[in-house]
Amino acid sequence: MSSIVDKGKQIVEEILEVYPKKAKKDRSKHFEIADEELVNCGTCSIKSNMKSRPGVMTARGCAFAGSKGVVWGPIKDMVHISHGPIGCGQYSWGTRRNYANGVLGINNFTAMQITSNFQEKDIVFGGDKKLEVICREIKELFPLVKGISVQSECPVGLIGDDIGAVAKKMTEELGIPVIPVRCEGFRGVSQSLGHHIANDAIHDFLMGRRELKECGPYDVSIIGDYNIGGDAWASRILLEEMGLRVIAQWSGDGTINELGIAHKSKLNLIHCHRSMNYMCSTMEQEYGIPWMEYNFFGPTKTVESLRAIAARFDETIQEKCEQVIARYMPQMEAVIRKYRPRLEGKKVMLLIGGLRARHTIGAYEDLGMEIVATGYEFAHKDDYEKTYPDVKEGTILYDDPTAYELEELAQRLNIDLMGAGVKEKYVYHKMGIPFRQMHSWDYSGPYHGFDGFKIFARDMDMTINSPVWSLLPSRQTVEVSV
Amino acid sequence: MSERLNIVDHNQLFRQEKYVRQREGKRAFEAPCSPEEVTSTLEYTKTKEYKDKNFARTAVVVNPAKACQPLGAVMAALGFEKTLPFIHGSQGCTAYFRSHLARHFKEPVPAVSTSMTEDAAVFGGMRNLIDGMENCIALYQPQMIAVCTTCMAEVIGDDLSAFLANARQEGALPEDMPVPFANTPSFSGSHITGYDAMLRSVLETLYNKSGRTPQPGHELKLNVLLGFDGYTGNFAEMRRILGLFGVPYTILGDHSSNFDSGATGEYSYYYGGTPLEDVPKAADAAGTLAIQQHSLRKTLGYMKRTWGQQVSSVSTPLGIHATDRLLEEISRLSGREIPEALKQERARILDAMMDSHAYLHGKRVAMAGDPDMLIGLIGFCLELGMEPVHIVCSNGDRKFEKEAELLLKSSPYGAEATVHCGQDLWHMRSLLFEDPVDLAIGSSHLKFAAKEAKIPLLRVGFPIFDRHHMHRYPIIGYQGALNLLTQFVNTVLDVMEEQAPDHSFDLVR
Repeated sequence: MSSIVDKGKQIVEEILEVYPKKAKKDRSKHFEIADEELVNCGTCSIKSNMKSRPGVMTARGCAFAGSKGVVWGPIKDMVHISHGPIGCGQYSWGTRRNYANGVLGINNFTAMQITSNFQEKDIVFGGDKKLEVICREIKELFPLVKGISVQSECPVGLIGDDIGAVAKKMTEELGIPVIPVRCEGFRGVSQSLGHHIANDAIHDFLMGRRELKECGPYDVSIIGDYNIGGDAWASRILLEEMGLRVIAQWSGDGTINELGIAHKSKLNLIHCHRSMNYMCSTMEQEYGIPWMEYNFFGPTKTVESLRAIAARFDETIQEKCEQVIARYMPQMEAVIRKYRPRLEGKKVMLLIGGLRARHTIGAYEDLGMEIVATGYEFAHKDDYEKTYPDVKEGTILYDDPTAYELEELAQRLNIDLMGAGVKEKYVYHKMGIPFRQMHSWDYSGPYHGFDGFKIFARDMDMTINSPVWSLLPSRQTVEVSV
Repeated sequence: MSERLNIVDHNQLFRQEKYVRQREGKRAFEAPCSPEEVTSTLEYTKTKEYKDKNFARTAVVVNPAKACQPLGAVMAALGFEKTLPFIHGSQGCTAYFRSHLARHFKEPVPAVSTSMTEDAAVFGGMRNLIDGMENCIALYQPQMIAVCTTCMAEVIGDDLSAFLANARQEGALPEDMPVPFANTPSFSGSHITGYDAMLRSVLETLYNKSGRTPQPGHELKLNVLLGFDGYTGNFAEMRRILGLFGVPYTILGDHSSNFDSGATGEYSYYYGGTPLEDVPKAADAAGTLAIQQHSLRKTLGYMKRTWGQQVSSVSTPLGIHATDRLLEEISRLSGREIPEALKQERARILDAMMDSHAYLHGKRVAMAGDPDMLIGLIGFCLELGMEPVHIVCSNGDRKFEKEAELLLKSSPYGAEATVHCGQDLWHMRSLLFEDPVDLAIGSSHLKFAAKEAKIPLLRVGFPIFDRHHMHRYPIIGYQGALNLLTQFVNTVLDVMEEQAPDHSFDLVR
């Protein structure tokens, strides 16, 4: 074992010292220092997808956030009812920037908060009758709505409402699919179960239900891209330019029809593996559709992914793929020429939801930056196994880290950039540490694809090299090299 | 900078021809509505017929202007020194409260959760609460832990009082640690009632713990309460006014430092707030002055009843009249004259209002927000000769409605107004189409309706997610009136210039 690994272990041990015994024991299982031997054999003993300790500041959300906030919410031609009390819908209103084309409130309902606003009497007497009325009112108020999903909040499950029966009845009565999604926030340990529940509902109610008029040899679907700041559009353009036909986008800027025809794809392309791998394996089992992961962050990974995708098709596609790469590469080189000298050697720490903690590593490296610590809010074992090959020895991996752990690490590692969510953002500003909100690109983006990388590079440069940081009289940090 | 690159982001990028073509191409898979259908439906939703349907709905709520109780409870908790908000329930709620407040204030929001899951739903969350206490004390070293509940804990009926007693018995919670708690289910009230419930609980807990008996009037101090206030600048303004009076005071629930701290290179979880030892002493004050009423009903009731406190509550002091009343109340409760400096300030602000009134007079406005804020806004608009037309208050009740109507009746400029309690911003949209107005006033959530109605939104209230630093400037008092006036009149001038033909693009206003 190298000294760099030892050093990392020591830092983690020191940080965990402050916890009570039980919590310390638990938290210590959620850290791992990348070790070349382990990297090579791909094993990772880090514990994940376990309950968060009570009383700590976890960055995690809940199943409702995973289902309504991530998977269903961006499907634009449906109304998604935040079914239960007012809060959950209100807090998830428009906050993920899932861009969608259409007229808001007419044929696009993404940036709206539509809720059953449960009151005490609904808790006492149940909300099923009210839900029926709500569905009818939605059809009346939004005549072009193509479907309704019922996203249940905690009380709905606890009082035992049968939203499934209501949904069935309303589907018949209204002539549009009404889909119950039992994504109460207390289910599971994080958003992750919400993704799964959401996917199950897509499977049970929509998958394979629609027809695609003409199928072609180059039909593919984008799975697990939520079009944050237009990410899916910046990805789709590359696939289309290389001659593929994207027949469905799940679920950013997505429609109910796209959910119903995706089973006609020749290949499923998955970006966020964490939130939608279930769909790909289900479609593979039921329709025999092969699938592959891709990574469109940063030119190196984008080129790698484009070629790997093209390799699944014939020479026409492969040739066009090379043309696309050739067309964009000079632009990418110019971006790197400009920004790399300004970012070379900068140390980055990340805590992001499902995939970006590993997917963005390549993009940072394209700019000469180094990831010193990374991890996930709600990942599973496979995410860490996939992360391992992309990190360097000594990198600290953490699972569901608490705010306290991250703050301590950031200071001890003397990082130059932190990438996490809005709950973390302003903490790092107090500390004088450059920060990017990497859940919704800090209101910028897109970051996917070649067009996205230009913005990514610009944003990282403006963040790290802003003169505002140097105005701090003294940055209280402890220099520890890992 | 070295090399000039043309980097365009989402605002410009997707207008490029390749993306326009992509958007058109994607429609082949969307089974979309025809453009004609979309246009005709859009037009239909602007009609009287649609409005009637919209107002006839009884169950669905669309774009409400209110949030839920525990959000307010977190804000109330952060009004006290070294106090950690502790939320008993499933953990997603806590993530939501923290991000919601962070988005408005652009500040970190410390709060912890008991992270209850399925097993807690069956067996109750006592273990979570006890372990949570132990963990949060070790990590964050609070002086006080303010516990509120989410829907989940309320539905399963967790008994907080018993759980906390057990936590103390087990030694997870030190005997002397004050732990106020409030039951704050999301299925009743709103963020303002949650604020009220937690503030009351903090006062009661700290007071009871002190073992004192109240001696109202023993101290020549005033207690001041600002309520659920999204403006940190209001706290500074209140301090300045009281300072000019030379009145000693205690702000009960001062969250301004926790939501407006400096970047020093170090992060601390706690940045101020009302010192805990000031709370029991507050029972001896000469009187209590609150500048919100609807968000403080329980708290003020408690202070009156238990502390025997002389309590005076005025509406949010926006504009001249409401500020006059505030100063009169301070004067009455403290027995001190209104200082000359404030009288001069009044005259200066009044002068500014006279200078600007021509651009605001007769402007018809729609507004949405919390009850206390709306009362203040209505009053200020009436003073400027602006005409409140549509007033939507998602968390307003009959009491608010009566108060608003009375205020509107007091001026000919209020004659056209209608007050819509319990309604939402989709109702507002219909109102804006059926009876158009010139301006909208409210939180960022009102921007969608305002944009469709092609009127500017004057962002006042909570939450303001999409503009920076507005909360750092006071809107209360004479100085606040000037800030609002500046925002209002210059927005109107901006619109005027946008619409001006070349010959009317005037240099002088």
